[in-house]
Amino acid sequence: MKREAILTFAIRFGFLILLFGMVIYFSASANGFASPRSAAFILQSVAITGILALGVTCTLVVDGFDLSIGSVATSALMLSAYAMVILELSAVSAVLLCLLMGATVGLINGLLIVKFKVPDLLATLGMMFLLIGLQRIPTQGNSIAAGMKLTDGSTAEGTFSAAFLWLGRHRFDLFVEKLVPMPVVIFLLTAVVIWVFLELTRHGRLMYAIGSNERAAALVGANVNRYKIAAYMISGTTASIGGILLAARLGRGDIASGNNLLLDSVAAALIGFAVLGAARANAFGTAIGALFVGILLQGLTMMNAPYYTQDFVKGAVLVIALVFTFYLSAKSRAGGK
Amino acid sequence: MKACEIIGLEKSFGGNHVLRGVDMHLNAGEVVVLMGANGAGKSTLVKVLCGFHFNDAGAMRLDGADYRPKDAADAISHGVVTVHQSIDDGVIPDLDVATNLMLNRLTEAGAGLLVHDGALRRAAQQVADNMGLSMDVRTRVADLSVADRQMISIARAMAYEPKVLILDEPTSSLSASEADRLFTLVDRLRAQGVAILYISHRMSDIRRIADRIVCMRDGEISGHFDQSPLDYDGAVTAMLGHAMTDVNIDVQRNGQPILEIHQLVISGGSKAVSFNAKDGEVIAITGLLGSGKSVLADIIFGLQSPKSGQMRINGQVYAPSSAAQAVKAGVFMSSKDRSTNAVIPDFDIANNMTLPFLRQFSCATVLSNRRQRKAARDMIGRLDIVCQSNGDGIGTLSGGNQQKVMIGRWLLEKCRVLLLDEPFQGVDIGARRDIGAHIRETAKGRATLVFVAELDEALEIADRIIVMNEGEIAGQTENQDVDMETLIAQVSGAFIPQKQVDI
Repeated sequence: MKREAILTFAIRFGFLILLFGMVIYFSASANGFASPRSAAFILQSVAITGILALGVTCTLVVDGFDLSIGSVATSALMLSAYAMVILELSAVSAVLLCLLMGATVGLINGLLIVKFKVPDLLATLGMMFLLIGLQRIPTQGNSIAAGMKLTDGSTAEGTFSAAFLWLGRHRFDLFVEKLVPMPVVIFLLTAVVIWVFLELTRHGRLMYAIGSNERAAALVGANVNRYKIAAYMISGTTASIGGILLAARLGRGDIASGNNLLLDSVAAALIGFAVLGAARANAFGTAIGALFVGILLQGLTMMNAPYYTQDFVKGAVLVIALVFTFYLSAKSRAGGK
Repeated sequence: MKACEIIGLEKSFGGNHVLRGVDMHLNAGEVVVLMGANGAGKSTLVKVLCGFHFNDAGAMRLDGADYRPKDAADAISHGVVTVHQSIDDGVIPDLDVATNLMLNRLTEAGAGLLVHDGALRRAAQQVADNMGLSMDVRTRVADLSVADRQMISIARAMAYEPKVLILDEPTSSLSASEADRLFTLVDRLRAQGVAILYISHRMSDIRRIADRIVCMRDGEISGHFDQSPLDYDGAVTAMLGHAMTDVNIDVQRNGQPILEIHQLVISGGSKAVSFNAKDGEVIAITGLLGSGKSVLADIIFGLQSPKSGQMRINGQVYAPSSAAQAVKAGVFMSSKDRSTNAVIPDFDIANNMTLPFLRQFSCATVLSNRRQRKAARDMIGRLDIVCQSNGDGIGTLSGGNQQKVMIGRWLLEKCRVLLLDEPFQGVDIGARRDIGAHIRETAKGRATLVFVAELDEALEIADRIIVMNEGEIAGQTENQDVDMETLIAQVSGAFIPQKQVDI
């Protein structure tokens, strides 16, 4: 009985305690880790992957998966640059165009999966390929920057508007002047909205029901197809938000950026399974998962760990979190029978 | 000769004492039926026998030698083979019959690298012939009927040459004629000298197959019957702790018609079905697997569309094209096979129960946890569901209590028509009585249609019994002084009605 209680406690709070312990350890041993600037830096480093991860969380909830989020984000990055630099559109229309693109890709993903019965991994893998290719076509594979040479020999006249760059670069004052970057605010807002949607509304509850037993959910009158499509549309839209913020931060349509977005955000969502012993996708866990990776990398970097160890560290955290979820949680559940 | 002996077996999970000293034995060439209500400890006993759990105290012997399986594979190598309740655990649906039958041949040490299909098929054919299976061994298992798949999982079990064969509710998804084939197979195995432990709720199975009956109750053996003729009523009493009482049905016949089924053609080539279901009336629709009763349930719930014909509710034309539309029109259905069609395994009791009516439990789409819990608490009290609280995971409940939750789900809101498809599947007699009584108590204000294959269940709950056969109504009768012989003849299709009567 006592051992069981300890196990239950470890599964519920193990990851949060680990996170807390890590913060204390780094604060003590890495100079300057425990400062508002460093905290803001960590948040900034995870904001964009965090936003993507929240979207993929929604698809995981309906027992789906979205591999196309990374390429949706880079497509949004290129699209916003193309819209402003070459088409000379305003910041607002560029943002709206990107959001619309994200939602449309989500809709197509959803339709492929629901109507054409393509398995989710394959449908979104195909979409990933398609988008990686598509985003290169308008510029013949070149990156987009203000004043670039066009194919007809003329020079692009448009620029990234200040309002657009503000989205990526503005910093709000909080205790310290110019502390909290705009992407962090958007990340936190997205996290709250997705959390409320999944945990507190009946739509979220039905999506969890669909993920757990699709047939049963359909037989109580839930429109399973519509909810699944909605999940992919949310995922596409959040991915395009991530892409917009990336473009606003970089200030150019860089063809090579955003390579790691997919893996990092999927890892955050999967690490989230282990938080509070949920053993399923959840918005709070995803946000904590993203932060966990960010804090660990920042701490290690400040303790002079070389940059090329980063992916290894992320992978190790992910594997440990997955063991937490699937071995320990499953074990504690089976014990009751 | 005692093939298997169990002495003083005990097992607890945490504080929950599930087996409290079980003593029993199985003889070679004998079928022992193990009866017990849900939660009596049958499944745990089986799991200890087949190496899934370890016993805390007591001993098991096989042919006099100590038997303590390390895991399921070890149990099989000792000759203790189990066919579990869920059929698809026993077969690989995407492979053909031959490969399924010979699977153990492929995994055994020293098996060749290449599969010799011809030899495999010949060997499989031999096994199939031995078991009296007639299907082509090249058929994909997924294309077979449920009964054939069940036969194959038993045939596969036989490939291990078991001394002890455990069958866990093997007929729970079979129709009567399919069950008959299974019994023939069990007879054959008994003649070959296998000791068989047969777990079942169905009285008809037990009457047909049992050499000996052992009853369990609260983790102990509560009754043991081996005198021929077997005392079935005594066995039920020992299992439940009280005598089986006859249910007295006070037939309701004066309600206003709610659901009118008019000239509905269920499958091509069969005659149209017409009947009315009245306010306050409980109609049992019975028939064999494939008689069209499940299709009729699906049509009324909007999952399939009829070939032709019309339905009306309160005089309004009703033609649903999805479950959502049916629910909107006040037609609720508790589906059969709760684990695939009804249970949300990740949710607790309250969320499972309130799932269809989340809209009513939310304000501007935000759910009210408090109201969900309150409704669930009330229903738990009304249906007498055994649990710690409404926050228990649904998987922690026994089958009967899970079923109560699934039915309680549809009793939360008022409806016009309530359809219950096999509501007593895998449910012990005690829980069945609770559910039946509650359905009859609340029957006012709606028409209730219960789709059951077992006549006992129909007689227990219904005001009127409609028998279906091959997509047509083979007969109907009020549930009063029912002539069982006619009823059974109608079910089996032997009875030809002179004139179709519409009530």
